[in-house]
Formats: sequence, C-alpha cells, structure tokens
Amino acid sequence: MPVLEVDVAGLTLRNPTMLASGVLGTSAPMLVRVYRGGAGAVVTKSIGLKPRAGFPNPTIAEVEGGYINAMGLPNPGAREFAKEIKAVKKAGVTIIASVYGFTPDEFAKTATILEEAGSDAIELNLSCPHVEKTGAEIGSQPDVVSKVIKTVKGVTKVPVFAKIGTSYPNIPELARVIEKSGADGITAINTVKAIAIDVDTKRPILANVYGGLSGPVIKPIALRCVYEAYESVSIPIIGVGGVRSWQDAVQFILAGASAVQIGTAIAKRGLGIFKEIVTGLERYLEDQGLKSLREIVGLAHGE
Amino acid sequence: MDRPTVVRISRIVEETPSTKTFYFKYAPAKKAIPGQFVMVNVVGVDEIPMSLSSLGSEETSVTVREVGQATSRLRELSVGDTLGIRGPYGRGFVEVTKGNILVVGGGVGMAPLLPLIRRLCRKRVRINVAIGARTKKELLFIERIRREVGEKGRVLVATDDGSSGSKGFVTTLTEKLLKSKINMVYTCGPERMMRSLYDQCKRSGVPLQTSLERYMRCGIGICGSCNVGPYRVCKDGPVFNMEQLEEVAGEFGKIKRDVTGKRVKI
Repeated sequence: MPVLEVDVAGLTLRNPTMLASGVLGTSAPMLVRVYRGGAGAVVTKSIGLKPRAGFPNPTIAEVEGGYINAMGLPNPGAREFAKEIKAVKKAGVTIIASVYGFTPDEFAKTATILEEAGSDAIELNLSCPHVEKTGAEIGSQPDVVSKVIKTVKGVTKVPVFAKIGTSYPNIPELARVIEKSGADGITAINTVKAIAIDVDTKRPILANVYGGLSGPVIKPIALRCVYEAYESVSIPIIGVGGVRSWQDAVQFILAGASAVQIGTAIAKRGLGIFKEIVTGLERYLEDQGLKSLREIVGLAHGE
Repeated sequence: MDRPTVVRISRIVEETPSTKTFYFKYAPAKKAIPGQFVMVNVVGVDEIPMSLSSLGSEETSVTVREVGQATSRLRELSVGDTLGIRGPYGRGFVEVTKGNILVVGGGVGMAPLLPLIRRLCRKRVRINVAIGARTKKELLFIERIRREVGEKGRVLVATDDGSSGSKGFVTTLTEKLLKSKINMVYTCGPERMMRSLYDQCKRSGVPLQTSLERYMRCGIGICGSCNVGPYRVCKDGPVFNMEQLEEVAGEFGKIKRDVTGKRVKI
C-alpha cells in the first residue's frame, strides 16, 4: 500500500485531507465524527477572543458552481471554545484551531488559549472576506500580516499556518512576507468576495450583502495561488478551494500543496467524501507505481 | 438551487389566537415528506426554518407562531405578499404501515404532525393522538385532526388551565397510553415535553421519532450551527429515532447552542 501519511511543518497527518475552517467545526462531537469519517485532521470554525453572534440570515446562497456565504464569524469566544478542543483531543483527533482577531494582540491571546487547550496547530484567518477590520482587510496589508504572524509566533510553540485569500493580488510577494515573518505554512485560499442578487426582490440575497464564494467555481483560482506560493517559498502549503474529488486533490498536490482541505463539497457529497478522496489517492499512487504521496508534491513545476 | 425562490402567499388561515397558516404554491414541496422543513426568507428581516404543515405542489403551507422578529413580521403579511422559500430539507418521519400508533404534539409542534396524521390514517393503523396546549383556544388543528382520525382511533387533549380535556401536561396522558401496546410514537413540541416522552418510551421499550429544532443558518449540513452531538439537525434530522436520541441523551431536552455556538440550558 502506498503511504498517504504526510508531514506538514512537523505536524504528522495520517492522510492529506482536512476539514476546512468554517465548515461544521463548531462542536467537539461533530469534529470527532468528521475525523472518524476519514479526515486526516480537522480545522475548527474561526475563533476570536470574545463571543460573536455573526450576521442575521440569509447567510448562504447557492450560485452556479458554488455557494456564497456570510456567516459573520459566529463563535462563543476562545475560553468557551477551549472546552470543545479539550474534548476533541481526548478522542485522539488531530485538530487545528482557526483564529481570527481585530489586532495582532487579539490573535496572539486567542492562539495562546487554544494552544493551551490542546490544539496541534494554529491557522490564522487572514482572509475572511465579509467581516470588517479583520480577515481579508488584514490579509490585504502585508505589513499587518507580518505583525500578526510575528506576534503569534512569539507566544506559541505549535506550527502556525497563515490562511490567505485573494484580497492582496500579489501572491508571491505575500507568500514571501509570510515565510520571512516566521509562519510554518500557508493555507490557500479562503472564499472570494462576492455578491448574489435576486431578480424578483431585486436585492442582494445575503443579509450582509457581501459574502465569500466557495466551491468548484473557485478551484482554478485556488490552484493558481497554490502554484504561485510554491514557486515563491519553501514552507509547506495547504491547498483549499473547490476540492470535491481525488482528482482535485491530486491537482492541488501537483501544484505544490502538502495537504488539502475540503468544505463546501460536504453539502452535496456528504461526510463520506474524506474516505472517498483518500481511497482515490491510494489507487492513483498504486496505478502510478509510486510509494508515497510526498513524491508528487509540486511535480507540476517540473525539475 | 439552495437559494430562495420567491412565492406569493395565496391564503392565510387564522388557526388559533397566536397561530396562522400561510399557503403558497411551491413546486418542490410535491416530493416533501412529513417532518421535512423549508427555509423561509422574510425578505429584509430573517430567514428561518419551518416545518411544512401541508404538502403538495399546488398548495403547501407553513404554520407560524410569533416567537421572534421573523415570525412577528410574517404574521403581519397579507395575501399577495411574497416570501423566499428553499428546500424541502432534512429527513422526515419514517412512516409505519400497521400497528398501534401514538402521535403526541404540543403547541405549534402540531404543524409537521398534521400531514403525518393524514398519511397514517390512510394505512392499516390504529391511531391515538394526544394534543397539548396552554388553553382550549390554542389547541392547533384539533377539529381537522378529529375529522381525519374518525373511527381509526381517538384524540385526547390536555390543557395547562384545564379549559379542555384534562388539566396538566400532555405527558400525563401519554404515561397512561403507553401502558397499552404501542408500536411507534411520533412527537413534535416543546423539547422538555419531548424529553419526558422519550424517558417514558425508553421505560416502556417503545420506539419514538421526534422532530428537533435548533438555531439554523445554512440548512444544508455545512455550517455547524444546528449540531446536536455528532448530528446536524438540518441534514441528519430534524427527525431523530430512538437510537440517535440515546446517543445525544446528554443534550436532548437539556442543552442547545445559542447563536454564538455556546452551550446553554433549554
């Protein structure tokens, strides 16, 4: 059997699939269910220092090839959520805490609380496209990105991944800033800022007007960002955006990703998708006569 | 597509002083089964999950009690006004085809039970319905259910103030009913009532199906807002069976998650 185990900045994953942030990751029993269903690791919904109610509904609308959502970062706050992480760790699950903040200090405080609760790694949400003064607004300013990473790295021991989107157009430059600031890896990409409009009401569908576009429709953009980041840095990259089959996963790995995250596809394919992709990857490696998934990371770039 | 389809309200029926039924034409409801829900977008206010209280492509409906901003705005709407509808979503009730059935509803929880009772009455079943409400005037669908059930069984009533049927909780009635042979219990209503009924059914060894309610956002099984234990109310539910309820016994009737995801007491 080919080896699917991967190492991402010192974090060992039994296979390269992860539950993407924002999807189902609100409670310990559900995170455990997703992991037992086959994911190599699970990422929590983004957690901040204080509780947040998020936006009113409608918070999601389907469009051709994907969904636009604006949940508004609902979460019970780091201290309350620490209980969920502790319960997840008791079940032996590999868990990555997604963290957002409005200041570098908030990121650091939240990351510390969630690391103490047992998180195996921290993913910094520098790319949520629908909440003001955080996420993508931070991600579009490389100097602030750098400050957030340095502040978090100063207080944490576990690997820290920076999750980026498309709000800063020069991915190679942003990736280099992230690497230089000391992050252990890059997750690319978050949802892409978008709007859905209804012809009958003649108004935007989402209560927040703007949302983030996810699903197959953003996959080529995500692949491009992973490809560019791989060309620019040597820290590992986690690919995310429209993965719904093992072929999609292979494409991300060939572009340079060491692991892939899956989210939106769960709506249509269900929670069995992790096992499906893992089985497909195994068969692919076997057919290609390869011993380990590591052999194909970045192959699309040639020699 | 998981986005609201705009429908026009064709008929409004005042069921009780606090409850109204809104009828509209929504083709996808043709395939809906009792217990499934739709997301109702009260444009500009909120989008909320609501059980279908009647099924069919020509005319379907939701039955509403005022509990928050969206339901309060809904109750002000008139015939000809519009709503956004998506769905139907979730798993509905699994219908048995024979035996002695008990259906237990509390308050507006009768909404998904009405189409279920209609379907069960066409089968070879004996059907007992126990309905609870605060007071006589709030007994939802009582006359229609009495007509539907007819000779196929009986309809028992409990009211908090004793203005109709026996005074007290509907679970006092079910305690007695469960002493005779019952093959399946269906319920929807206040969660603490359903929890008491679950405990009774567990003691009597009778299978139960309940329809649960939680704060919802996506309705399609990806956002995690409505998680109960390892289940999503919107996708794995809203109807849960005995085995599933046993798995979430620590939360069912006791704990729910608020809009931030924090665990709070029910």
